[in-house]
Amino acid sequence: MAVSTTTIHHQKINEISSIRRYATGVIEILVAVFIYLAFTAKMASDTLTTFVMTPGGLDVGKMADLIVPTRITLIILSVFCLIIAGIQLIKGFGKLTNLMVGLVFLAFIFGFLSWQAAGKSLNLAGMLSSSVLLAVPITLGAFSGILCERAGVVNIAIEGMMLMAAMVSALMGSITHSIWLGLLFGIISALLLALLHGVLSIKYKINQIISGTVINIFSTGITAFISQKYLQVFQQLNNPPMFTRFEIPLLSKIPLIGPILFNTNFFVYLMFIILIILQIALFSTRWGLRMRSVGEHPKAADTLGINVIKTRYMAVLLGGLVAGIAGSFYILGSVGRFDEGMTAGKGFIGLAAMILGNYNPIGALGAGMLFGFADSLGSKLSLLGSVIPSTLMSTAPYLITMIVLAGFVGKGHVPAADGEPYNKE
Amino acid sequence: MAPILQLKGITKQFPGILANDHIDLTLGKGEILALLGENGAGKTTLMNILYGLYQPDEGEILVNGEKVTIHSPTDAITSGIGMVHQHFMLIPVFTVTENVMLGSEPVKAGDFLDRKKTAQKINEISKQYNLEVNPDDYVKDLPVGVQQRVEIIKLLYRNAEILIFDEPTAVLTPQEADELFNIMRELTKQGKSIIFITHKLREVLEISNRIMVIRRGKVVGEADPKTADNKKLAEMMVGREVNLVVEKDIKKPGDVVLSVEDLVVADQFKNLVIDHISLDVHAGQILGVAGVQGNGQTELVEVVTGLHKAVSGKIAFKGKDITNCSPRVITEAGTAHVPEDRQADGLVLPFTVAENLVLCSYYQEPYAHGVVLQYDKILENAEKMIKDFDIRTPSPFVSVGTLSGGNQQKVIIARELSRPIELLVASQPTRGLDVGSIEYIHKRIVQKRDEGCAVLLISPELDEIIELSDRIAVMFRGKIIATVNADEVSKETLGLLMAGIIPEKGEIASKTEKVVEATF
Repeated sequence: MAVSTTTIHHQKINEISSIRRYATGVIEILVAVFIYLAFTAKMASDTLTTFVMTPGGLDVGKMADLIVPTRITLIILSVFCLIIAGIQLIKGFGKLTNLMVGLVFLAFIFGFLSWQAAGKSLNLAGMLSSSVLLAVPITLGAFSGILCERAGVVNIAIEGMMLMAAMVSALMGSITHSIWLGLLFGIISALLLALLHGVLSIKYKINQIISGTVINIFSTGITAFISQKYLQVFQQLNNPPMFTRFEIPLLSKIPLIGPILFNTNFFVYLMFIILIILQIALFSTRWGLRMRSVGEHPKAADTLGINVIKTRYMAVLLGGLVAGIAGSFYILGSVGRFDEGMTAGKGFIGLAAMILGNYNPIGALGAGMLFGFADSLGSKLSLLGSVIPSTLMSTAPYLITMIVLAGFVGKGHVPAADGEPYNKE
Repeated sequence: MAPILQLKGITKQFPGILANDHIDLTLGKGEILALLGENGAGKTTLMNILYGLYQPDEGEILVNGEKVTIHSPTDAITSGIGMVHQHFMLIPVFTVTENVMLGSEPVKAGDFLDRKKTAQKINEISKQYNLEVNPDDYVKDLPVGVQQRVEIIKLLYRNAEILIFDEPTAVLTPQEADELFNIMRELTKQGKSIIFITHKLREVLEISNRIMVIRRGKVVGEADPKTADNKKLAEMMVGREVNLVVEKDIKKPGDVVLSVEDLVVADQFKNLVIDHISLDVHAGQILGVAGVQGNGQTELVEVVTGLHKAVSGKIAFKGKDITNCSPRVITEAGTAHVPEDRQADGLVLPFTVAENLVLCSYYQEPYAHGVVLQYDKILENAEKMIKDFDIRTPSPFVSVGTLSGGNQQKVIIARELSRPIELLVASQPTRGLDVGSIEYIHKRIVQKRDEGCAVLLISPELDEIIELSDRIAVMFRGKIIATVNADEVSKETLGLLMAGIIPEKGEIASKTEKVVEATF
């Protein structure tokens, strides 16, 4: 019969989106007005802003500084936003709406930076470079979440795993004086916590949120205890070796991109390697197909001979491994010593990045970079001596997380069996 | 030659119930064997044993004369046994190819999926057995009938010789069901053997070569579809005489009780699920809404009963606007709701029978004084209801979740119909019930209508709609594509309408003499 072979196309209701269209346009106008009024006020017309385009302390891949007249730049940005807002209100951008909102947002950030650095110089490349570094734990946390949740296990214990791995890396790295052993033990500690999460939520079918919360509380407590009792008392136990900058030949000589992406930390390369492996493995291999099927419809997978329980353990353990790398990054790639609660909720922001990235590794990287940038913006501005209190600026990444989650999430596909324990009959 | 499948003395004991009691079964090659029985008769248990989900306590399974042990679905497939589940085992966000290959994927270069090879094989199977499907489509975009084809292809891909169909027509339109029967015939012609589980008598007579009837875990007899008839089979199934035809007089409808005007509803993802529909239900009239599940009927019921918000349009009860009012306001106005999913929406399963019987009125006199519940009155009410509605329960104090499906449904019917109501919204009131309970609930609904109550009846079972309704509205993809008088329309026409095919006006007219009103 002809009817039954056609595919179904769902008709969408559009009434709500027209309100959204106008609201978006009005917000864009407000941004334009804000850039003009707030940033150009009391600005002499000959003020210059200098953007340094090479991260500090590097002499490969140099790029000339970018010097712009502040007032004119701001006016141009304001007009640019106004034009987008106008088109938005009159015609709407349809599918491009989000892209345009993004452009307005970028214009706002650039305007903000120009204003803040007016008459001074701001190392833009350094800021981007630190964005990438700050994105590492968030993105790896998101990858860890993707591994678990694609197989149907909600894992909010990533934060706890990262914290534990950080503490263990610091301790074992210091004792063995080996950077690799520090990393290895950090990963093992996270794996043990992942195993615990697996046993609680897969075998004993405890609510996965509760199991995750328990692990987070346990990690916070035990790391604080060891830190106070040993790491702070015996400083030699909190002095692990660190990965140094590693320069990739040729690629590192590209201006701007080279210093940011190809002359940096071991963990940044590792993040990209995991990204590529995960992206391909999830969508092009038998392993990935089976893992996703377990997260979507475990019963169907079971009737086809796929071991649901085993697959979920494997996924949670791999998630633990990645979370362990993320935790070790703080010690071996970034700070060089353990401080209590140093992961500061980045594991949770990693989960936000996972959701924002629609459970896709590439999407999660993009979201992770956004959050990393917000983080770096906060710290950079407090260094510049901005009028905005630095404590307020440091809330920026969390603020952006909230806005982004409220505004853009809810449209993607969540694995259908996410968070549901599997009961074999 | 040995029969392709033989079960000998299969016995399975569950706590408190003997689900299968020494069942013997023989399936010949190229045969369609219908397994007929009420819900809870033990059909599903038997098939789950065959499919490796349960282990039998006694008995043996022989495939091609050789004894096999089946510990898992994988073992079953290895022995050539495949099952088309009632609830499809398909992953909506995967393509047809991915669904078919899952679990036995061809790979290249280590672990990379060879989608092309699978797609090729799907095309071969689809050509050989006339199962039209596009390997690259996502399953979620396919109509139910095609999804079922994907399930069948999954089994053929794994070289299944014996195919078990578990209530396969429950989700299909009559046309899709006919198409499935053609597929089944084609499969047996090419040497496959089929076990067909159902409780629908008509289908059994139409498609099977042999009928086996199971009651309370025992084989009660075999029948030849050529000589058997509906009535005889129903009696074998239930074990007593049943009245298959609902007796009801012709009644003149009264005033409009429920009127729906230009209603538009969207689901949580803002998909349009009800697309500008209008309908009226009169006092003393049963308006049946026919349609394949998922065409907006669920949302229609939810909007009328206040469980889901309308985007636009108007719903009036006795002339009073009740659009987007709260369920309590709508209930108190004099309406009753028998929900589609009795366990999720109709009952609080851990609560007792007595408590469930006052879920709509527990806060009113005489069941409550101020904030204190009056348990003696609640109990009194429960005892009366249990007697009046023949609810089989050990006591009013047991939790309602321990009752059988039929008795759970009777608790809902008792609660809803015992109140003074002028509108009854009944959504799939007999879903999953046995013939005896169906008979009882049908009688109660007709009785309510005879008392002058307006009834909005939603059901995907065409037989139920035709038997009970005075007028029938057909929903397809959120629209009412036709409204007709029940005694003036043929089943075939309704089937076509349910599939979204609007017959030429003349065609309906010639079959039914008169089209009352058809909104195209």
